[in-house]
Amino acid sequence: MAGKTLYDKLWDSHLVKQRDDGTALIYIDRQLIHEVTSPQAFEGLRLAGRKPWRADANLATPDHNIPTTKIERSRGLEGIMDPVSRIQVRTLDDNCREFGILELDMNDERQGIVHVVGPEQGATLPGMTIVCGDSHTSTHGALGALAHGVGTSEVEHVMATQCLIQRKMKNMLIRVDGKLNPGVTAKDIVLAIIGDIGTAGGTGFTIEFGGEAIQSLSLEGRMTVCNMAIEAGARAGLIAVDQTTVDYIRGRPFAPKGEMFDKAADAWLQLVSDSDAHFDRVVVLDAADIIPQVTWGTSPEMVAPVTGMVPDPDQETDSGRAENIRQALKYMGLKPGTAIRDIKLDVVFIGSCTNSRIEDLRAAAAVVKGRKVASSIELALVVPGSGLVKKQAEAEGLDKIFIEAGLEWREPGCSMCLAMNADQLPAGKHCASTSNRNFEGRQGFGGRTHLVSPAMAAAAAIHGHFVDVRDILLETDRAH
Amino acid sequence: MKKFSVHTGLALPLDRANVDTDFIIPKQFLKSIKRSGFGVNLFDERRYLDKGEPDADNSKRPLNADFVLNQPRYQGASVLLARQNFGCGSSREHAPWALEDFGFRVLIAPSFADIFFNNCFKNGLLPIVLDKKIVDQLFNEVNAVEGYTLAVDLQAQTITRPDGSTLAFEVDAFRKHCLLNGLDDIGLTLEDADAISVFENQWRDKSPWYFTLPS
Repeated sequence: MAGKTLYDKLWDSHLVKQRDDGTALIYIDRQLIHEVTSPQAFEGLRLAGRKPWRADANLATPDHNIPTTKIERSRGLEGIMDPVSRIQVRTLDDNCREFGILELDMNDERQGIVHVVGPEQGATLPGMTIVCGDSHTSTHGALGALAHGVGTSEVEHVMATQCLIQRKMKNMLIRVDGKLNPGVTAKDIVLAIIGDIGTAGGTGFTIEFGGEAIQSLSLEGRMTVCNMAIEAGARAGLIAVDQTTVDYIRGRPFAPKGEMFDKAADAWLQLVSDSDAHFDRVVVLDAADIIPQVTWGTSPEMVAPVTGMVPDPDQETDSGRAENIRQALKYMGLKPGTAIRDIKLDVVFIGSCTNSRIEDLRAAAAVVKGRKVASSIELALVVPGSGLVKKQAEAEGLDKIFIEAGLEWREPGCSMCLAMNADQLPAGKHCASTSNRNFEGRQGFGGRTHLVSPAMAAAAAIHGHFVDVRDILLETDRAH
Repeated sequence: MKKFSVHTGLALPLDRANVDTDFIIPKQFLKSIKRSGFGVNLFDERRYLDKGEPDADNSKRPLNADFVLNQPRYQGASVLLARQNFGCGSSREHAPWALEDFGFRVLIAPSFADIFFNNCFKNGLLPIVLDKKIVDQLFNEVNAVEGYTLAVDLQAQTITRPDGSTLAFEVDAFRKHCLLNGLDDIGLTLEDADAISVFENQWRDKSPWYFTLPS
């Protein structure tokens, strides 16, 4: 009999009941909750007179609507200028109080983007099943947890039953062999993968990311990769547990302590795919081939190396694809054949559940240190992923580096990744963004998003157009 | 949940691949704490020429006459014909809520994104996957014939075209059962409450670290 994949192991360990019709009841260890996709679920519980199955399995924090300026934040709920947003955040507070769910509210130092907060608090542990009413829940797979986004009906279902009705996905392995070149990051890996397999390439699969380049990543880098599994169509991404994972978890508030930690760690280290496990699809990339990536279109698969150019739809043989390119270029206001490096930028956004952790901020700060944001850049935002990330960054003096270079240092939240708060990309403006989606209107009505790594976004802020961050890093090395 | 058994309706072709849920319902409308009322903002950024706001009077907003939803021949449509990977992106259930609230009951595409596909079934909306060639054919027919309607029978798993010919489709047995009977999943799952408790106790004994509270 063939061995098991990591996904098979996580599935089997949480299987409550296999039903004859092919569906299964899967036990859920943790539900993360934010203000946007939960109010209707709580309302559903209330209308049916139901209570949470296990209130302490839930952890909530508001993130999508939260303002990011200091002045607004200093006023708490009243600082949320949009009354509709304010009601949504207040509703989360009220619901968590009513149903006995722990909430790190907007005034709590630990508040932040739900996918940054979960791992940071140790509320995400290897071997868990995790859901959240947010597609970027795939992030938590970086710790060897089976984690995926669900809709609001399923948020309610998990609250009420601690289970999810699921059909098992197929197994895909994406292996990135070899070592990354300097200046190439986790973000570039995952954008290159999406460019390769397409935004629907992972539909119906759970993707396990493996290979030397993945294993060499820090846990934060691994989160960036798994975060964007959904951008390749996969609800869940996974990375095998190793010592890096265990070391990351030790000492976090929700994590077990003392002897129980050691026992847990022994169990967690078994969470790897067996060497003879069967994958339904295997994709192999060579890390050495990956160079910094920039998206030029309106889907994350519309991506090119920074050394490349905007494609020409007339050169595309598939008529459907050619039409997609045409629509995207029209929206983006770009001409075929334009060098990626010649794309001029108006706004820079460093943040989001993809890239707002301390290492992301360090990477961006290293690039802007001692330099100035180009005068053509109208707005450059740095939005830390949580209050604790912010505190750490300030302890390291990163805030000062950003401010001196001319970037704005903000309070934690989802911010301009999806622009539900006041941080919106104006129509027609080009933004170098470390977020995860370049869909039409995603960062603001008519806004034009280019997805990049934090270092690439920082370099773009300095030059006012895309540059190959590897050149800047060389320059920095020479200066030191 | 709303039942679905048979539905006959005018088909509307949305000729665009990878329609994401931001396209279906932009983020500013997600601030609502209700489940209804999203239909007027379905495809908002294409449907109107200006930027929509949650409290705007939509009847006063300028319409984009080129957008298929605004074309006179498609008024009253309830069957959406779409391209591959429909519903990709965010998990927002507001996307199926908006489609359903607008009046769509059936979606036909060569493929759907997983989370969106799943969310549809929770809201009495039937997403049907058909072979790309057949979907291409349907697009051609809808474009060619004004008033093109399709009749969908979930029990029989068939789609009947205006000429009387039928197309078969696949649907998950459990989802079909829930849709046909308008069943609430939570109620069904709670019938297994004992099995869940047994599992939970065993799991807690085996892996107590998943049940610890923050220090």
